[in-house]
Amino acid sequence: MLTYIIRRLFYAIPILIGVNLLTFVLFFIVNTPEDMARAHLGDKYVTEQAIQDWIADKGYDQPLFFNGAADGFNRLTETVFFNKSVKLFAFDFGASDEGRNIQSDVVDRMGPSLALALPTFLIGIWVNITVALMVLMFRGSRLDRFAVGVFVTLMSVSYLFYIIIGQHFMAKISRLVPVSGFNDGIDGWRFLILPILIGTIAGIGAGSRWYRSLFIEVSGQDFARTARAKGVSEAGVLFRHILPNAMLPILTGVVVVIPTLFMGSLVMESFFSIPGLGSYLLDAIRAQDFAIVRAMVFLGSVLYIIGLILTDISYTWADPRVRLS
Amino acid sequence: MDFEIGPGLLNESVLWTILWSDVLIFFLVGAITFFILSLKKNPQNRERWRQVFSTRLGMSTFVIIMAYVAIALVDSVHFRKALPSIPSAAQGQNSEQVFYSNQVNSLLDLALGEMGEMPERTYSAPFALKSWNKENLLLPNGERVRDYPKLAYGGSHLDNPEDFSSDIFINSLPGIAKGLAIALLFIGLHALWLKKNGSSTANLQWRSGWITFAIIMAVLGWLVTMGNLYHVLGTDQAGNDTLYESLKGIRTGVLIGTLATLITMPIAITLGLAAGYFKGWIDDVVQYIYTTLISIPGLLLIAASVLLFQVWINNNPDFFEVGLEKADAKFLALCFILGITSWTTLCRLLRAETLKISQLDYVQAAHAFGVSHFQIIKRHILPNLSHIIIISFVLDFSALVLAEAVLSYIGVGIDPAMASWGNMINMASTELSREPGIWWNLCGAFFLMFTLVLSVNLFSDLVNDAFDPKTRLESA
Repeated sequence: MLTYIIRRLFYAIPILIGVNLLTFVLFFIVNTPEDMARAHLGDKYVTEQAIQDWIADKGYDQPLFFNGAADGFNRLTETVFFNKSVKLFAFDFGASDEGRNIQSDVVDRMGPSLALALPTFLIGIWVNITVALMVLMFRGSRLDRFAVGVFVTLMSVSYLFYIIIGQHFMAKISRLVPVSGFNDGIDGWRFLILPILIGTIAGIGAGSRWYRSLFIEVSGQDFARTARAKGVSEAGVLFRHILPNAMLPILTGVVVVIPTLFMGSLVMESFFSIPGLGSYLLDAIRAQDFAIVRAMVFLGSVLYIIGLILTDISYTWADPRVRLS
Repeated sequence: MDFEIGPGLLNESVLWTILWSDVLIFFLVGAITFFILSLKKNPQNRERWRQVFSTRLGMSTFVIIMAYVAIALVDSVHFRKALPSIPSAAQGQNSEQVFYSNQVNSLLDLALGEMGEMPERTYSAPFALKSWNKENLLLPNGERVRDYPKLAYGGSHLDNPEDFSSDIFINSLPGIAKGLAIALLFIGLHALWLKKNGSSTANLQWRSGWITFAIIMAVLGWLVTMGNLYHVLGTDQAGNDTLYESLKGIRTGVLIGTLATLITMPIAITLGLAAGYFKGWIDDVVQYIYTTLISIPGLLLIAASVLLFQVWINNNPDFFEVGLEKADAKFLALCFILGITSWTTLCRLLRAETLKISQLDYVQAAHAFGVSHFQIIKRHILPNLSHIIIISFVLDFSALVLAEAVLSYIGVGIDPAMASWGNMINMASTELSREPGIWWNLCGAFFLMFTLVLSVNLFSDLVNDAFDPKTRLESA
């Protein structure tokens, strides 16, 4: 098991290098540092000197990959690639183009992101599985077809629409909860309840439909048929035979998502002005702060790879037949 | 790209402007039609399509989707009108010289009549006669009052505001009748054609298709007629007609769905097939590429790429003659980036399936007979993958249309110069919180987008049922 995890971690290295190279190329081949400086300082009324100062200040004045002017090992380290990308591997995110420390920002903002994403995620799974099971009890009936129709309809509504309408009716018209904002302590629940509710409702269509088809697939297998033939009630088949056997595919879908919870929900956080990583990223994108975006892309990839490894590990305790080698 | 066409067509000299996305959408619709027709040769596939279209839902949703595609195509033939020549200024320059408007119009604008050229000052409610905001008005007797001013175009043909409801009723009838008449003409022609050589298409739900078509045409007829007299869905902040903007958004929605999916197809098919069929180092390389791409959060990669491209456009303004070309370039880049980031899922599916199929006995037998790799792929493997390709095409389409709205909200979506539902919904989030709230922009965009996505989702369900071997086995 341990050797398996270590091997998987080693496999992750080339992938992370790939991610790193890709983002680096994206940022530096298409646009020169001058373009970035101009984007930052404003387009028209900026002097050449100001641009050069900005570039030197942010450390973009070094060569990209190879510094011929330096000697020894510094030929490789005194480059933009090393300073801006390789250091990410040590989780040294450096400073944003605005001059703030990215690392401490990320740590600060992780809490609010999790406070929103974790409950949404857990409640979402619970609601979706419950709804799917309830629908499954009436499989093949008119109610089942109606429910699937409702799921498809819910899926066809834009996520933004859920947020806009939810915010409008729950917060502005009925004034049940605050429109937006965030509070750190226990008191903060008032701010979180609406986004969590909207996030859950927005996910019901796609989620329940997915679980329903998953359960149907499992219920077509021999053991479910045998159980029914033995005279086990439909509910008994559902809860004692189908649900446990559907755990493996559920885990596949679920565990992989966990690391992305740290990243928060880009749109949701910015709509409700929750100071999490999602809104951090969005602000960075809007302000064209490439240093933050690059760091977040890297962090996101690391988390995703951790999620994949976690999924594999979780298989072993969901299904004893699975052996990692 | 501009092509000049002399007088004679449309009675005035017109500069046909071809945007890159115009070329692509016609090319794509052609390619999809060709693909589907080529599939029809296969009797098994024909049977599956027949299964889709023998349901009423399948036929109706297909007609709705085709209506959207048709509007998108009509909206993709662009031209610039010649500006009226100014006699006094002509002395200094060649009088033969014709100048063209910077406004790019499309055939859809012609079909919609004046709808796009009825600018008000600012917001107005659906079917309103007066503006939404109070303004200082100068009465004829010199008195100044603060009141709601009359709209410049909405309902301006009315002599007496009290005739309002009867006027709507009177004008509705011919509008609906016009739409129905066109619909009946087409349905009649189709029915005649069916009678002559329709034996192979028996037991398809033609009637549902016809009814849907008639309803769409009646609604369109009514909308066009009323839209030229009133602002059926009100106006937005800049005074543009909301109905017109929503209809123009159709092209963007359809295009982003087809274009991005179509970009993913060749990449996913080539790489997935190669990895699954040749295995070995090719498989390793392909797996490495898609794992790397999957590991990057999709929205991030898209946002970053679009931003970079935006900077590039701003630095190279000389490449674009009119504003719409710039918006078009940005739009194409967005589609391209969406395509590049979303081929991985399909590629993984195709690789797994190819691995499975290439182990089957008949493929092994073909190998033993010395059939070339290319022939094996073409004859034995590709046809067996067609269901995955078709299903993922229809599934991705609706996801992309929805993604466009989110991207526009983030600020990396469609250029504001191009009408899109995402931009409309994005604006609406602040409009709704005004006092009193403005809801029609949101509704217009939402309704058109919802209808498209819902139709595609329902249709894709049927396609999935018909083509997916798993569900076929289950129902058997």
